[in-house]
Amino acid sequence: MNAESVMVTRIYRFSASHRLDSPHLSVSENQQLYGKCNNPFGHGHDYVLEVSATGEVDTRTGLVLPSAQLDRLVEERVLKLFAFRNINLDVPQFASCVPTTENIARVIGELLQQHWNTYLGETQARLYRVHVRETGRNGFEILLGKRPNTSNHESGIVSIHA
Amino acid sequence: MFVTRKAEFSASHVCRISGLSETQNRELYGEGANPNGHGHNFVLEVTVEGEPDSVTGMVMDLKQLKDVIEEEVVAPMDHRFLNFEVPPFTRVIPTTENVAREIWRRLAARLKTSAVRLAKVRLFETADLYVDVTGRDVSA
Repeated sequence: MNAESVMVTRIYRFSASHRLDSPHLSVSENQQLYGKCNNPFGHGHDYVLEVSATGEVDTRTGLVLPSAQLDRLVEERVLKLFAFRNINLDVPQFASCVPTTENIARVIGELLQQHWNTYLGETQARLYRVHVRETGRNGFEILLGKRPNTSNHESGIVSIHA
Repeated sequence: MFVTRKAEFSASHVCRISGLSETQNRELYGEGANPNGHGHNFVLEVTVEGEPDSVTGMVMDLKQLKDVIEEEVVAPMDHRFLNFEVPPFTRVIPTTENVAREIWRRLAARLKTSAVRLAKVRLFETADLYVDVTGRDVSA
């Protein structure tokens, strides 16, 4: 017998600048590794953030979660921190961490997990996935929990597409 | 191998619980609780899983899938007010979650005898919100 597993995804956007430069590498190694992204003055992107939650569909409301509550969490704990900022200089988590989109996705996942219960603790919904698109041609995805009704996903960065 | 077919339908709906206050409904559903309803261009992606047939090279005849989507989803839902015209939404709140689940159930029933497995239904309510429904075998 088939039942269903439901996942809700909301999409957000933020514009920010960054520079990729690792303190562990030489000037030429940084240039070779990061290319244009190593430009000393930095550059920016219109990032697209997808946040996915799974859970039972509440029989009374028909919702996995009220999206306004997810919006508040993302706006207050993520977008406020990143939007129209220089990620290297303005976001404390990147004071000593290279703001690759891998790391941005990881930090956003951590922030959402950390504050999830404050905003969504009353719901059955669980954070499942964070996907950050840096440009239309690359996206980075992190799965933060096991999807209840499938067996093959574990935590970790699982896919990068370019 | 997974094959995805897209379809679109435009429909109106309203999400509100009659026993709740206006404030409570707005808290749950936002503008979607407006009593007179509102509409969307819903975008549907249907993914089936199977192996390409050794003769045809196809996982499924996509014309057949298109016809099933047309009969089960587009014809009954397109240009309709879901709450008034499309069962079960005369008694079930047509949230995106519930509409996606209803579509899953309709398509799963039709594809039950097919060689392919219905793998996923993705329903975009807007470009910024979508719901995925995937199956599981609860008897396993």
